[in-house]
Amino acid sequence: MTVMEQRGAYRPTPPPAWQPRTDPAPLLPDARPYRVLGTEAAGRTDPDLLLRLYRQLVTGRRFNAQATALTKQGRLAVYPSSTGQEACEVTAAAVLEEHDWLFPSYRDTLAVVSRGVDPVRALTLLRGDWHTGYDPHEHRVAPLSTPLATQLPHAVGLAHAARLKGDDVVALALVGDGGTSEGDFHEALNFAAVWQAPVVFLVQNNGFAISVPLAKQTAAPSLAHKAVGYGMPGRLVDGNDAAAVHEVLAGAVRRAREGGGPTLVEAVTYRVEAHTNADDAGRYRSESEVETWRAHDPIVLLEEELTHRGLLDEATRTAARDAAEAMAADLRARMNADPALHPLDLFAHVHARPTAQLREQAEQLRAELEAEAEGAGR
Amino acid sequence: MTTVAARPATMAQALTRALRDAMAADPTVHVMGEDVGTLGGVFRITDGLAAEFGEDRCTDTPLAEAGILGAAVGMAMYGLRPVVEMQFDAFAYPSFEQLVSHVAKMRNRTRGAMPMPLTVRIPYGGGIGGVEHHSDSSEAYYMATPGLHVYTPATVADAYGMLRAAIASDDPVVFLEPKRLYWSKDTWDPEDPPAVEPAGRAVVRRRGSSATLLTYGPSLPVCMEAAEAAREEGWDLEVVDLRSLVPFDDETVCASVRRTGRAVVVHESTGFGGPGGEIAARVTERCFHHLEAPVLRVAGFDVPYPPPMLERHHLPGVDRILDAVGRLQWEAEN
Ligand SMILES: Cc1ncc(C[n+]2csc(CCOP(=O)(O)OP(=O)(O)O)c2C)c(N)n1
Ligand SMILES: [Mg+2]
Repeated sequence: MTVMEQRGAYRPTPPPAWQPRTDPAPLLPDARPYRVLGTEAAGRTDPDLLLRLYRQLVTGRRFNAQATALTKQGRLAVYPSSTGQEACEVTAAAVLEEHDWLFPSYRDTLAVVSRGVDPVRALTLLRGDWHTGYDPHEHRVAPLSTPLATQLPHAVGLAHAARLKGDDVVALALVGDGGTSEGDFHEALNFAAVWQAPVVFLVQNNGFAISVPLAKQTAAPSLAHKAVGYGMPGRLVDGNDAAAVHEVLAGAVRRAREGGGPTLVEAVTYRVEAHTNADDAGRYRSESEVETWRAHDPIVLLEEELTHRGLLDEATRTAARDAAEAMAADLRARMNADPALHPLDLFAHVHARPTAQLREQAEQLRAELEAEAEGAGR
Repeated sequence: MTTVAARPATMAQALTRALRDAMAADPTVHVMGEDVGTLGGVFRITDGLAAEFGEDRCTDTPLAEAGILGAAVGMAMYGLRPVVEMQFDAFAYPSFEQLVSHVAKMRNRTRGAMPMPLTVRIPYGGGIGGVEHHSDSSEAYYMATPGLHVYTPATVADAYGMLRAAIASDDPVVFLEPKRLYWSKDTWDPEDPPAVEPAGRAVVRRRGSSATLLTYGPSLPVCMEAAEAAREEGWDLEVVDLRSLVPFDDETVCASVRRTGRAVVVHESTGFGGPGGEIAARVTERCFHHLEAPVLRVAGFDVPYPPPMLERHHLPGVDRILDAVGRLQWEAEN
């Protein structure tokens, strides 16, 4: 006798009706990273936009090179370069309105600069004379966040607050592939989706978290797929295709602004340089892997498109290069001066008003500094 | 201890060797953390372990400290002896809940049925020109959590001996590695590592009669330097290396202070709510009648750790230590 026969006429009462709370199909990312350059879609892109992005990429690349050089000269304590990732960095700033907010991760100095923050101020953290060198409110750029993924819930909270106040503000938050493993990433996505907050999460999947390749970081089909579990759309884009990144991010920002809620964008790119100037990438990856990515360079891709459409003459190239050199020369000159140091500032901003204990400690340091100065003067 | 193989070794090398020897001696020892495998850790402390023991014994984890420590708890529940690496002091904070709510409490919660024989290695402290979040002295948080042991070596020999002891311990140990001493050197024989005092005991590093400097980890070399400099002022300072903040060696500490009659606690951690408060209170409670002066503290200021260009103003240095010694009420003697 089979089990079913034994059970006879017995039928359990059916469970209460169940259906998926959202249809997952429209949330799913494309099967392959979305591309524009070199495809039919390229024909629809605005030439002015492409030229603007081109100039920004050239300047951005020069910025990365200059900052790396400054580490070698001892002018920066460390520099995590975004070389090869400039399409994501400059576009993250380009798609935002002035009143929107950017939440950068520690590698995103270039995005901060692209948003209009003075490069020297953007580099303060890495130069080491203070932590955040700019007023976040001035350009609506949160402090560069070193503890990975911790900035993501902040972006959600800020966007939520703006909406509660009736303000038209979108927050765009940056994070790396490694950062998507942190709890804060997941909590931020969940809050954003539950609150339908106007947030865009941009994951720059550059293949590595220091030495750890993506394969050890996640078993997901793609990082963009993580969106689906939270009920928001995931978008997969070629992170070295500036036009594609721009289209996808601009679309996500528009959607957020119109009340459509958050989007998770995974931009597939590559960390061409070592993790920082202090890292030895030869310990964990081959030069040939790097070479295949150098061939898929964001500037080269854009140049090819512009050339193909007859939009890139020598004068345009030269102008872009000259502008980049001017930026670099200015940065070099200003970074080659020792910054003025203010040791007593250590006590000035710990609280709204220094406690009695901090005032005492400030006095102690002041006395020490005076004694030091006298000693030096003798 | 002079054998043929003894030659200068760094604290980093001694730590690596301790992990290697512990893994070789005990197949339940598992090393895990961010970048500990192929790269050998950002400070190279786990260098070579994945190659020698395989990735199941030395594992690159996903980038998630709460997950790393939480998984280590589960592994310890099932009889393994995990050794977790946190990449930097401030990056251990996401794992704080696992540490405080489970690692520290599991033994007590289960009346001893489920101990947590795991080690959490944390490079800590400043003085390396690190940008924000790379230089915290977080020992006070751990000291304030019943259930945890807190070790911090200051010498090459202790780095080896105490890490072996931490891994062998059936209690969870927060093992704080003074990162600016990683490259400090001493004569040390990896093939025959010298025995060290048991973890949990303080050690007198310099004998003296005028006053006792109580210190640990990154501040030990500074105190030794201060003790040398103090000779010019006519002070003969004793220096005690606490080595283990939990358990705390009242006996060695108080024996020293009773002998000298004066004490200064020196550490990088903030003074307010820092370890020095506990230490000064213990000494005062136990040695009051031997003290010629209040126990003083030389500590980091009560500020978030400064940026690289300002950290020299924050860190306790020789001058501040000598100033404090000078305030130990010597007038009464003259
Ligand atoms: C919470 C936390 N844990 C660890 C670190 C140390 N750390 C700095 S960068 C990095 C790798 C980050 O990888 P990813 O998120 O992919 O960003 P990428 O460096 O590739 O831009 C790690 C582990 C940190 N900054 N914060
Ligand atoms: Mg990455």
